[in-house]
Amino acid sequence: MRYLPLTDTDRHSMLATIGAKSIDDLFVDVPAEARLSGPIAGLPNHASEMAVERHFSNLARKNMAASHHPFFLGAGAYKHHVPATVDHIIQRGEFLTAYTPYQPEIAQGTLQMLFEFQTQVARLFGCDVANASMYDGSTACWEAISMAGRVTKRKKAVLSSGLHPHYVSVAKTMAHFTGDALDAALPTLEAATDADRLLAAIDDETSCVVVQYPDILGRIADLSDVAAKAHAHGALLIAVVTEPVALGAIRAPGEMGADIVVGEGQSIGVGLQFGGPYVGLFACKEKFVRQMPGRLCGETVDATGKRGFVLTLSTREQHIRREKATSNICTNAGLCALAFSVHMTLLGERGLRDLATLNHANAVRAAERLSAVPGVTLLNDSFFNEFTLKLSKPARPVVHALAAQGILGGVSLGRLFPEASELENGLVIAVTETVTEDDIEALAAALKEALA
Amino acid sequence: MTINQSGWRPEMGANADSDVATYTGNRALMLEEALIFEIGTTDTTGVDLAPAPKVASRLGGLERHTPLGLPGLSEPETVRHYTRLSRQNYAIDLGLFPLGSCTMKHNPRLNEKVARMAGFADVHPLQPQETVQGALAVIQELAVWLIELTGMYGVAMAPKAGAHGELCGILCIKAALEARGEDRPVILVPESAHGTNPATAAFAGFRVENIPATAEGRVDLAALKARLGPDVAGVMITNPNTCGLFERDMKAISDAVHAAGGYVYCDGANFNAIVGRVRPGDLGIDAMHINLHKTFSTPHGGGGPGSGPVVLSEALAPFGPIPFVSLMKDGTYKLVEEESTGELHPQTFGRMAAFHGQMGMFTRALSYILSHGADGLRQVAEDAVLNANYILRSLEDVLEAPFAASGPCMHEALFSDNGLAEGFSTLDIAKGLIDEGFHPMTVYFPLVVHGAMLVEPTETESKATLDQFIGALRSVARRARQGDEALKSAPHFAPRHRLDETLAARKPVLVWKEAELAQAAE
Repeated sequence: MRYLPLTDTDRHSMLATIGAKSIDDLFVDVPAEARLSGPIAGLPNHASEMAVERHFSNLARKNMAASHHPFFLGAGAYKHHVPATVDHIIQRGEFLTAYTPYQPEIAQGTLQMLFEFQTQVARLFGCDVANASMYDGSTACWEAISMAGRVTKRKKAVLSSGLHPHYVSVAKTMAHFTGDALDAALPTLEAATDADRLLAAIDDETSCVVVQYPDILGRIADLSDVAAKAHAHGALLIAVVTEPVALGAIRAPGEMGADIVVGEGQSIGVGLQFGGPYVGLFACKEKFVRQMPGRLCGETVDATGKRGFVLTLSTREQHIRREKATSNICTNAGLCALAFSVHMTLLGERGLRDLATLNHANAVRAAERLSAVPGVTLLNDSFFNEFTLKLSKPARPVVHALAAQGILGGVSLGRLFPEASELENGLVIAVTETVTEDDIEALAAALKEALA
Repeated sequence: MTINQSGWRPEMGANADSDVATYTGNRALMLEEALIFEIGTTDTTGVDLAPAPKVASRLGGLERHTPLGLPGLSEPETVRHYTRLSRQNYAIDLGLFPLGSCTMKHNPRLNEKVARMAGFADVHPLQPQETVQGALAVIQELAVWLIELTGMYGVAMAPKAGAHGELCGILCIKAALEARGEDRPVILVPESAHGTNPATAAFAGFRVENIPATAEGRVDLAALKARLGPDVAGVMITNPNTCGLFERDMKAISDAVHAAGGYVYCDGANFNAIVGRVRPGDLGIDAMHINLHKTFSTPHGGGGPGSGPVVLSEALAPFGPIPFVSLMKDGTYKLVEEESTGELHPQTFGRMAAFHGQMGMFTRALSYILSHGADGLRQVAEDAVLNANYILRSLEDVLEAPFAASGPCMHEALFSDNGLAEGFSTLDIAKGLIDEGFHPMTVYFPLVVHGAMLVEPTETESKATLDQFIGALRSVARRARQGDEALKSAPHFAPRHRLDETLAARKPVLVWKEAELAQAAE
């Protein structure tokens, strides 16, 4: 078997060194009744590289790949062009096959990269500090709610109705077991966000308010009033960013008073990957740093005074604090953080701003063209690269009809909010730099036909 | 805004520590690299974008007016920056990486290739299900093999890492108890457990109590039995355990816990030792996470991303998280999400992450399983255990092996710092190994052994590599026993000498600041 270097001669000589007669002698502690006598049921024996590759090629062909079709899906995962350099760098074995940098003298590559990543994320979000990443945006969002509970010693979180429904589901799952109270609501098909509901819900028992920016329907609203009200009541504002490219065009949540900003970093460097692995972004004000979850990389010096980097403040973490840790997280999303950081370095401020401008311009043109289709109205007053269309009939069958014509035409609100029939005519459309004029025309024509 | 165009930190040359200083601070192939904030500028970019069409802004008056301070580099500078950084890392591709309980095995490149096929990598999680049947088939196929390999009833594919899998299992236990109308607030965890076990139980709202180990490094069955009762929700046990030993009494432990109305969670971090030879389902386990980045060779990536599917017993499977993939009667694959749970999975505890799990890890793990097949996976466990025992018996005369007398180890060999010269510690041995060109073993874990050194070679090392490692570790151990002072300042040949971790924690610098800002903050 090509992954196993030992030869039978090696095995015999090693058993002799050990003083064992056979390999079974080494499994002597496994009780006889626990030993599997035969092979694993149904699993064939080892296969050649070519055979395995062929199996996957056959399965891959059964999927519609985003790049092969007019493509308009978003709702928490966005299709952006990822420069070839990114994949080359993350496939270098020194990054790909390293572990968590527990031995900093021989892990400065990963550590310096994480320090750069933390700085990039903090600056993008307008925060003081950021951690070395979380699993994804949805789990980062719950970790932020949990952290707000530790900071404020309160257990009631107010969730905006514009928060991604999967993020709300994750929070509901966890809150059910931790005994936290969540004030959540379904969105309405209106141009205005539910800022008024949030302002009314904040009281002296509120630990945090959670607002997605831009929200699940693509709407953008100033967070300043919610931040002010939250702070007046001793609560924190958590902003959730599922499309970080937007922050090349619009104000950073930290600038508007957010105390914790979390996000999904997938749209920079990582790609779609059918939902994972992605990379959770987590940033906050400096005064909360000791309540943060996850790994943190910090600057220091070595014994000769040279600058170097280490994992630090680990007394917050599970391997030291065990049941008193701020979170149970161990692994983060190291390689996806690298992909994010490499892509962000290639972009730089100028590239990010240009990319954001291009996304917005494409989205504006698409919104104009699509809302001219009979039976289609544009919901949003404001948006970045994603907006919601109200169709004259339920959007789910329309999405399937579009797919049958080779067009991946958005995410229906029926898929996202199956319990809310009043939202079923909503269709969320994302338009990035990858969308062409022809793609928009194809979608407009197919929509017209589907709604006729 | 310009950040710094010089490309070199001013102190670099001056700080070079050697008899022969170089102007740059470099040492031939050992190249220093400044931060992107020191070499990049905010008006440099390494991407060429089409010009944006002119449109009227629809940003709702929230246009950004302040600079971000994000430096850019051209493509050649970017490639060089990260390539230079990469060379300051140790990695499996460079040599033995014997971190105990981490299972740093070879990462096959075929796995990388299949994960990047457009049909898997370039697919959106919310595409209509008829357009992603091949991706759903991969998830289902992996699920089937994980169930077969573990002898369990079902599997939750959603968890994003090992600790997330632990959380999944613990939430299943909590939901099952709720369904029984019972409130059992305590989870029992052995002293030798990974830190994630108690942290997970606490994160889910349980109270954690420790159970002691016997002198031979296993769970104290009598003490465990004595503690069981109506307030105990379950136990979290690692098997093989973190001392590298198989818990012989596992079935008896499971039976006792079940008899007392609790559930058994098994930390599957060490599954590599028994894959293809032992099925946890036969030992009475109710839930076990499988680190795909350990046993099933998906890359560790410098700390993730991982993936932690959880296999479940018939008692816990009804409570597993959504979404999951189901093979329907008509031969199509269905993703069971929120809307179909009432009909297909009514007792689920809910969703624990957005979308459907770590697809990129599923393709890699399935590629590994199919490559090895039934015969190969069994050989994996055998060679992993053989390699670990070879290391144990080749070193026990120079390093104390506290549990070696009680029999063979499983996939990892445990040593203590007993017998080192006064003032010498496990840390010195670890740093000495770095100079020998090896990544150190896991140190100071498990906590039940003083100055623990936990060595896990895995099955993907040749005998020649093991022999070289054994020779190196024997040499370093002898130096530590003899009190060789040079060992105390090791590593001497790494990109950095020992780093001041106390300084890092006392005055945390977690982000880069412009020199004047950093000074003002002092």
